[in-house]
Amino acid sequence: MIERKARTIFGALFVLVALAPGLRADQQAATQYPSEHGLYTVSYESLLDPIVINRMHSWILTVRNADGTPVDDAEITVDGGMPAHNHGLPTQPRVTQKLGEGRYKVEGLRFHMQGHWEMKIGIAASGKTDTVIIPLDL
Amino acid sequence: MRRAILPAAVLAIAAAALAGWRWHTAAPAPWTDAEIEILRSLWIGSLPPLPPDPTNAVADDERAARFGQRLFFDVRLSGNGAVSCATCHQPARRFTDGLPKAVGIGTARRNTRSIVGSAYSPWQYWDGRRDSLWAQALTPLETPVEQGGDREKIVALVATDPDYRSRYEALFGALPATDDVHGVDRAFANLGKAIEAYERRILPGPSRFDAYVEAVIAGDTAAQHATFSDDEIRGLRLFIGEANCTQCHNGPLFTNNEFHNTGVIAFPGEVPDKGRVQGVREVLADPFNCAGEFSDDPTHDCPELDFARTGVTLIGAMRTPSLRNLGGAQPYMHEGQFATLADVLENYNEAPLAMIGHNEAKPLGFGSRKLRELEAFLETLDAPLATPVEWLAPPSGTGDRQQEQQR
Repeated sequence: MIERKARTIFGALFVLVALAPGLRADQQAATQYPSEHGLYTVSYESLLDPIVINRMHSWILTVRNADGTPVDDAEITVDGGMPAHNHGLPTQPRVTQKLGEGRYKVEGLRFHMQGHWEMKIGIAASGKTDTVIIPLDL
Repeated sequence: MRRAILPAAVLAIAAAALAGWRWHTAAPAPWTDAEIEILRSLWIGSLPPLPPDPTNAVADDERAARFGQRLFFDVRLSGNGAVSCATCHQPARRFTDGLPKAVGIGTARRNTRSIVGSAYSPWQYWDGRRDSLWAQALTPLETPVEQGGDREKIVALVATDPDYRSRYEALFGALPATDDVHGVDRAFANLGKAIEAYERRILPGPSRFDAYVEAVIAGDTAAQHATFSDDEIRGLRLFIGEANCTQCHNGPLFTNNEFHNTGVIAFPGEVPDKGRVQGVREVLADPFNCAGEFSDDPTHDCPELDFARTGVTLIGAMRTPSLRNLGGAQPYMHEGQFATLADVLENYNEAPLAMIGHNEAKPLGFGSRKLRELEAFLETLDAPLATPVEWLAPPSGTGDRQQEQQR
């Protein structure tokens, strides 16, 4: 009986547990990150909202040219890490679907520590390559 | 004029000493809301239900757990008839063995990890070279220095022991013919799945730390002070703050189950352990992994394997262990390099250069008082397991026979 009650309380409290969140989904989509050489901009939307540590999840990236037109046939690489700890991501995420209108689904993302992360998105389209850094504080 | 300097200096030193003394004896400050959220994230009440294992159709079948318990304690599965899973994973020692490196038929290359709560991890072993408890359980059975058995003999034992045979067939159907190599592989995998069903029940129970967090959440200061000493509170504050422990030891099991190089050096004369960089190669090649033909998941959806990181950044990286129930689980680290918690903390205090790869940790540079406070806090994480005692010993009716085999 006590065990069952405890389990119910634990279950209810687990729902309330939130580890440090990143940007909310509406803030993410509105934020455009320019590439290093100004060729592209990228915004991201996490399908796990808020982003919590230790959960595998996916993002939708939207890639645009500098003039705002969507980039559809880009080769995208996804990397990242924590500069303060000199280590990379715990997983090797990659683009699994090109959704059109500049949108790309990235699967296999997971952050395993709280703190400052930097995602590094490599974009190659029409022979032009550039890199976007997306900062992320968890 | 000069005479006044000495008393002034004495007074200044006395005032500084008094300030220092007051700093250490003053009651710890109340927790901020942000800190309480961190405490709540570490609390055992935040532990979610066990994640399902779709690769094992009997993972939560009690009959499989009863069978697995028998297998776990059975020395007959080993090559010399003297080593069971429980030889190294001893229930009385929180499912470890108190040795620097595991000793089965010979000496293994690493420290025995506890089984407690391991069903929550996507990876097993220090280097994550297996991706399920069932794939893990099969490995020592055939490792020469551990149990040193072989799958044909183990499956034959199950076929000839009437109790095992009926338990097996009720769960998995008929046993294969002895010359059916593929059938023997599958039956061997099934035995691992029964052992996993048992191991999934080995779970941590609430500790004094958890009672303290409950008192903090309830805002009950009297209960807080009845539960934790000021030193333990200071140690906890360091743990979640200045000492950065929750970078890796996070969540209710105090582990992110990921791989980190913390510069723990090898024993003199030993080659440094490659850790995860080798482990990830092995798990991807393991025929019993999530993507393999022995998985019960028809979708073969294996995101952990599919998105597993490989490469040089994982050199010397080992999987973060849980910090629950460290008492009695010494020595610590992947080769049992450190005899005490104080030794472990000293390693983080100094954060030496790694022998291979790089140490992710930065030196803490703490004095002895802070290190003692951290240690005092860590000791509050010891608690009896949540698992009923009937699971913590060989099942009745099997012990005598196995003891005889052992003699």
